[in-house]
Amino acid sequence: MNAFLKDIKTFPLGGVHPQEYKLSADIPTEKLALPKMVSIPISQHIGVPAKPVVNARDKVKVGQVIAKNEGFVSTNIHASVSGMVTKIDRVLDSTGYKRDAIIIRVDGDEWLPEIDQTDEIKREISVESDEIVKKIAEAGIVGLGGATFPSHVKLAIPKGKKADCLIINGVECEPYLTSDHRIMLEKTEEVLVGTQILMKALKVEQCWIGIEINKADAIAALKKMCVQYPGIQVQPLKVHYPQGGEKQLIKAVLNREVPAGGLPIDVGVVVQNVGTAFAVYEAIQKNKPLIERVVTVTGKSVLKPSNLWVRIGTPVQELIDFVGGLPEDTGKIISGGPMMGKALNDTEIPVAKGTSGILIIPSEEAHRKPMKVCIRCSQCVGVCPMGLEPYLLMTLTQKELYERLEEDQVLNCIECGSCAYTCPSDRPILDYIRLGKKTVLSIIKERNNKK
Amino acid sequence: MSSQLLTVSPSPHIHQQQQTVSNLMFGVVIALTPAFIVSLVVFGVGAIKVTLAGVFFCMLFEYLISKYLLKKEANLADGSAIITGILLAFNLPANLPIWIIAIGSLVAIGLGKMAFGGLGNNPFNPAMVGRVFLLISFPVPMTSWPVAMESQWRLADGVTGATPMEIFKEGLEAGLPISEIMGQLPSYFTLFLGGQGGCIGEVSGLALFLGFLYMLYKKIITWHIPVSLLATVFALTGLFWMINPAQYADPVFQVITGGLLLGAFYMATDYVTSPMTSKGMLIYGVGIGVFTVVIRLWGSYPEGISFAILIMNGFVPLINKYVKPRRFGEVKPA
Ligand code: SF4
Ligand code: SF4
Repeated sequence: MNAFLKDIKTFPLGGVHPQEYKLSADIPTEKLALPKMVSIPISQHIGVPAKPVVNARDKVKVGQVIAKNEGFVSTNIHASVSGMVTKIDRVLDSTGYKRDAIIIRVDGDEWLPEIDQTDEIKREISVESDEIVKKIAEAGIVGLGGATFPSHVKLAIPKGKKADCLIINGVECEPYLTSDHRIMLEKTEEVLVGTQILMKALKVEQCWIGIEINKADAIAALKKMCVQYPGIQVQPLKVHYPQGGEKQLIKAVLNREVPAGGLPIDVGVVVQNVGTAFAVYEAIQKNKPLIERVVTVTGKSVLKPSNLWVRIGTPVQELIDFVGGLPEDTGKIISGGPMMGKALNDTEIPVAKGTSGILIIPSEEAHRKPMKVCIRCSQCVGVCPMGLEPYLLMTLTQKELYERLEEDQVLNCIECGSCAYTCPSDRPILDYIRLGKKTVLSIIKERNNKK
Repeated sequence: MSSQLLTVSPSPHIHQQQQTVSNLMFGVVIALTPAFIVSLVVFGVGAIKVTLAGVFFCMLFEYLISKYLLKKEANLADGSAIITGILLAFNLPANLPIWIIAIGSLVAIGLGKMAFGGLGNNPFNPAMVGRVFLLISFPVPMTSWPVAMESQWRLADGVTGATPMEIFKEGLEAGLPISEIMGQLPSYFTLFLGGQGGCIGEVSGLALFLGFLYMLYKKIITWHIPVSLLATVFALTGLFWMINPAQYADPVFQVITGGLLLGAFYMATDYVTSPMTSKGMLIYGVGIGVFTVVIRLWGSYPEGISFAILIMNGFVPLINKYVKPRRFGEVKPA
C-alpha cells in the first residue's frame, strides 16, 4: 500500500474536494429494459449536427446509420433500437432547447447482422491505423466523459504536430458519478484492448490510465491486467477536483503544461475517456457503433442508485422509474455531475451520448443561497486550477470591461465551477464568467472578420 | 412530474458548506479568544470593559449608519463589525475611557468602512483607521498603559506604566546602555507568555500564535502575509542589531513585543484590505515589515505596525492590478 501511495500524483494549482457521494460505486451495471419509444437527437456532439438519412415510416435495425456526419467535426448517429421511424421532430434535449431528433417506435430488438453481440473478448487487433480512425468516425464515437467531442477528430493529428503518448481518463472526479468506475471494473480487459487500438491509431508506444485513488479496486484490476499490454501503465491520482480536466490530467500525469489557448496535442498528448476506450473496442472488434452507454442514476434520496446500460434516446423518465421513481423531495435533475452537469427541465429528455449520469438533487440543496458582497477573501483565486482571478473576471463582466477580461485570460477558464463552489459569499461567479467569455469570443470574432 | 417543479440553474450545482462569511468571521473571533483570556488575567475588568465597549459601539454604529444614512439593511450577522470592534479594542490600553472608545468606533466604522460603501469596499483596515485616529487625537490616554498584573481588578485608574517598546526607546534617548535597559524588562519568555504592558490584545505572543495556528488549520487565512511580514522585521532588525548592538534591540525582542504579532496575524490578514494573490500577499507582508521597522527605528512613535498596515493598504489596489497569479499554461519566455 505504501509504495502505491507514494506515486500518487496530482495537478499543482488550485482545486477543491467536494464530498464524493459515490453511492453507486459497488453496484454492478444492469441493462435497462428497452423503452417503447426513443428520440435520438441529431446533435449529441460538439460540431455540426448530423443529417438525417431516414424518413418517417422507415424500418430500422439496431446499429443502422440514421443520420450522417456533416463535415469533419461532426459524427454519425445510429439507430439504438429496431422499429419504425415515426417522425423527425423537434424535441427538448439537455441543452434546454428543442432540437431535431429522430423518433423511433421500438419493435423487437433486431440488430444489423454484422454486429457481434457476444461477450467474448477479442484481443487480436487486425485493423490498420488509418482504418481505425475511419471506423471510429463511422461508429459515431464521441468523448463519453461528457465533452462529446468527436473522437476521430482528436485522433487525426494536425500537420506539424506529433503525439508521443496517450492518456486514458479514468479519473471520474465529479462527485456521485460511477459509470467510468464500473466500466473499468467490469470491462477491464476490453478497455485495455480499446486502449491498444487507440495507441495503434496514434502510433504511440506509451499510455497512462489516470485514476483517482477513491477507485482502488479499479486501479488494482487494471494494474494486474495491464502487464499483458505493453506500454500501458496505471497512474493513481489524488482525489482532487478537477483532476479529470484534460489540462489538469496531463499536468498531473506527465508534468506537461498545455499552453493557454492550446490543445493537448501541442504537448504531444491525446486524452480519451475510459468509456470511449471501451466504445472503441466495441466498434473495432465487434463492429458495434455507439448505441448505448452506462449512465449512473443516483442522488441522496434515490431508493436504488444504479449504473445502467441505456440505449441512446431513452427518455430519462425510464431511468428514474428503474431506480424507484422520483423521490418526493426532488428539487433538481442534473444530466452529468454536480460540478459541471446541466439541470434538466423535463424528465422526457432523451439520454444522449454524453449523458454520464442522472443526478437527482433534493429540493433543500437545489436552490442557491442569496449572493452577498465579495469580502475579497481570495478563496476563489486560491482554488482556480487555471490560475485566474475569478472575482475579478466577475466584476469585469459586470462592468462590461471586455478588453480587460480578455487580458486577464477569461478564455482560459475551463468552467470547472471550483470558484463558485467555494465562494463564502455565494456569488454566482461562473455565471458571469460564462457571459463574459461569450461576449469576449464574439468580440474577437468580429475583430478577426474585420481584418 | 410537471416541469415547473424542477429548478434549472447553471452549474455548479453544489456548494461547500463549511465556510460562510459568518463562519469565517466567527473563526477569527475564536482565534482571538486565547489572547482575550490572557488579557483578562493581566488587565482584569479593564480588558472586558474596553473589549465590550469596542464591540458594542462598532455594531451600534454599523447599524445606525446602514439604517439611517445608507438606508439599507444592516448586516450585523456577517460578524465583520464584531471583529472590527474586537481588533480596535485589542489595540487600546485597558484603562481607556469609554467615550474615547466610542469615538474610535465611530471613526473605524464610519470613516474606515461605511464611507466607502461597507464591507468589501473599504481600502483601509477599519480597526487601524480607528486606532490611528485615536493615537493622533488622544496621544496621552492612548499611551498610558496600566501596569500588567497590578491594577487588574480595580475599576478606577490604577498605576500606569510603559510598554517594553517605550521603555526601550526612552532608555535609548536617556543614553542608557542596552544591557541596562534590558535589565529593566522582564525576560523574553515572560514577555512572550503575557508579561508585557501595552494594549489589551498584544500582551501574549503565545496566545496570539495559538490563534494564528487555528486560523491556518481552519483555512481562514494563509501563511503568506504573517510569515513574510515577521521574517522581514526579523531580518531587518537583525541586520541593524548586528551592525550596532549597542543601539538597536535584537530581532527576537522586536518580533515578540509591541503588537507586531497581533498586527501580523490578525490585522494585516484582513481579507478586504489585503491583496488577492499569494505573490501579492508576500509583497504586502514584506512592505508592512519594512515600514514597521523604519517607523520603529527612526519614527517618533514607538509602535509602527498600525501605520505600516495603513500605508500598505494604500498599495493593495496597485498590487492587485499588477501582481497576477501563476497562470496555468502561461507561455514561458524562451
Ligand atoms: S470555473 Fe473558471 S474561473 Fe472558476 S475556478 Fe474553474 S477555471 Fe477558474
Ligand atoms: S471567494 Fe467570493 S467573496 Fe471571496 S474573493 Fe472570491 S468572489 Fe469574493
